[in-house]
Amino acid sequence: MDAQIKVAIQNEDFDVAREIESLTRGRGDVGALVTFTGLCRDEAGTLEALELEHYPGMAEDEILRVAQQAAARWPLLGATAIHRYGKVLPGENIVLVIATSPHRRAAFEAAEYIMDYLKTRAPFWKKEHRRDGSVGEWVEAKDADDSAAERWEQA
Amino acid sequence: MSALKLSYFAWVRERIGRPGETLTPPDDVKNIGELIEWLSRRGEEYAYAFENAKVIRAAIDRQHVKHDAPIAGAREIAFFPPMTGG
Repeated sequence: MDAQIKVAIQNEDFDVAREIESLTRGRGDVGALVTFTGLCRDEAGTLEALELEHYPGMAEDEILRVAQQAAARWPLLGATAIHRYGKVLPGENIVLVIATSPHRRAAFEAAEYIMDYLKTRAPFWKKEHRRDGSVGEWVEAKDADDSAAERWEQA
Repeated sequence: MSALKLSYFAWVRERIGRPGETLTPPDDVKNIGELIEWLSRRGEEYAYAFENAKVIRAAIDRQHVKHDAPIAGAREIAFFPPMTGG
């Protein structure tokens, strides 16, 4: 199965409906479509914004590799991954993953796999800007994210 | 060893005080771990950035590598903290 793969790294917001349409328009073989959207939390009202730094070139390459691995592992018809960089405000979108397949299990699992590996392999870093005006800390990586990705290697 | 393009991201970049530079390490610097040791001796800003070397991630020509990866033939090497995207 030749999956339609799209990866984009961009400053501007994305349109989930438009991305869904580009994976489904004009075709009747898609039986399942899963979307995941990651948003910026306000951390109980203390966060003013997140600043997302990335490694241009490598960010695209890594996410594309992850999407291709997902397409090799599950019978996907399509996979889209869009990640924003720059300043993102609470409530705004950060990342979008869409997986399409004839059946739901592949779409659910592939979307989760892409997110898990994107978090541990795609070169992005978040810095917090606090409401009280202080430039906060770099967000620390979580061991739980590594474990989430590693479980796919055992499965 | 020929000139290497080095890139730094997130707090590695902030601690070193620049986004990158071109340097020529001595010939006895063979792998990423040795490059980190050599950079750490260049000044306190480098020593600070690499003080906890085991958490530092590296990429050679935009591919993740471990600290024992040889740097021969590399064009661009990047150093950065564990990633926090998504």
